[in-house]
Amino acid sequence: MATPNTPLWEVFIRSRNGLAHKHVGSLHASDATMALQAARDIYTRRGEGLSIWVVPSSAITASDPAEKGMMFEPAESKIYRHPTFYEVPEDVGHM
Amino acid sequence: MYTQALNTAETDDRGLEDAGKAAQFQARIDAEERIEPNDWMLAAYRKTLTRQISQHAHSEIVGMLPEGNWITRAPTLRRKAALLAKVQDECGHGLYLYAAAETLGTSREELIDAMLAGKAKYSSIFNYPTLTWADIGTIGWLVDGAAIMNQIPLCRCSYGPYARAMIRVCKEESFHQRQGYEIMVTLCRGSDEQKAMAQDALNRWWWPVLMMFGPPDATSQHSDTSTKWKIKRFSNDELRQKFVDATVPQAHYLGLTIPDPGMTQDAEGHWRYSEIDWAEFKHVLAGNGPCNRDRMAARRKAHEEGAWVREAAAAYAAKRARRPTAQAAE
Repeated sequence: MATPNTPLWEVFIRSRNGLAHKHVGSLHASDATMALQAARDIYTRRGEGLSIWVVPSSAITASDPAEKGMMFEPAESKIYRHPTFYEVPEDVGHM
Repeated sequence: MYTQALNTAETDDRGLEDAGKAAQFQARIDAEERIEPNDWMLAAYRKTLTRQISQHAHSEIVGMLPEGNWITRAPTLRRKAALLAKVQDECGHGLYLYAAAETLGTSREELIDAMLAGKAKYSSIFNYPTLTWADIGTIGWLVDGAAIMNQIPLCRCSYGPYARAMIRVCKEESFHQRQGYEIMVTLCRGSDEQKAMAQDALNRWWWPVLMMFGPPDATSQHSDTSTKWKIKRFSNDELRQKFVDATVPQAHYLGLTIPDPGMTQDAEGHWRYSEIDWAEFKHVLAGNGPCNRDRMAARRKAHEEGAWVREAAAAYAAKRARRPTAQAAE
């Protein structure tokens, strides 16, 4: 029997307390326990992290880069969402 | 470098692709934008990168063999721990790179099978033997030094996952070069015999290391498209010269002689090396170097002997997946 390809996992590491987990790369492992151990060995050999998340790559739903124009247009056109859109008299000082 | 077998031109299949998309793609590269895995890309760009990144990955993995040879015979516990950590790093580099290559759509299993079948290349430098402990110092100093010279510009390569992998690799590689040079310093400050051992290692590695940068610019057929696609930022000869200029003073500090009697320093301070024996390079790349057969045999043996581990891990995961309730109860 041919062994199936080993599943792919995405690795996220929290480098310091107070920071979010950040994507650092991916790896192959047959299950979650082995994925965590492999992530420790591959991505934290020099104290890069305090906490690791591993997520099956197949569980990630990604936006389509080809449609990024349409996807992000609503944010592009609404300049009134930014503080600099509003005029405050200089005499008021920093706000 | 680690991907030096790339000196053959890709077949140009751009004619078959949407000309508008191709122009847009090139415009993104020209604007220094990074290309990401799901972005539209030229088929030839994908093919070139898959070859380049996988060759680079294979080189990291095969590169563990010449150094692994000395782990059990390292002269002190400190040296042994450092060498073990370095070889483990090379394995990690191989894994980052396989992951980057896979984002282009070829599985790691397929990439590894191509290498084991002899269809994919790895760097010619790893087909030379490590005869003495001084070879370990020389590899760290020169082979890793040459690799850093080549990999720093790759951190700005147009393909995002490759560039990010190279950033991690470069950070770790600097320890490798320093540990190698430290070994050389120790040998050169030691007995006459130790110093002779260091000189002998330099004599044997110098020319193969210069060959790592690949064929001279005049004969490299692949560089044009790679440069246009911003995969390659400097030519083979430019990087080779940079490396020689950085290395010659380090050899002088050690009191070692570069095995090139024709070497001269020009008015601008560049060290000009003699003609490289490209026949030897081709010979090694074609599979006839001193250790090509050994390296392939060692990789195939490791792969075959690890098969039961992969099978057992897959069987265990499948068994656990069939028992969702038992798992939840833990």
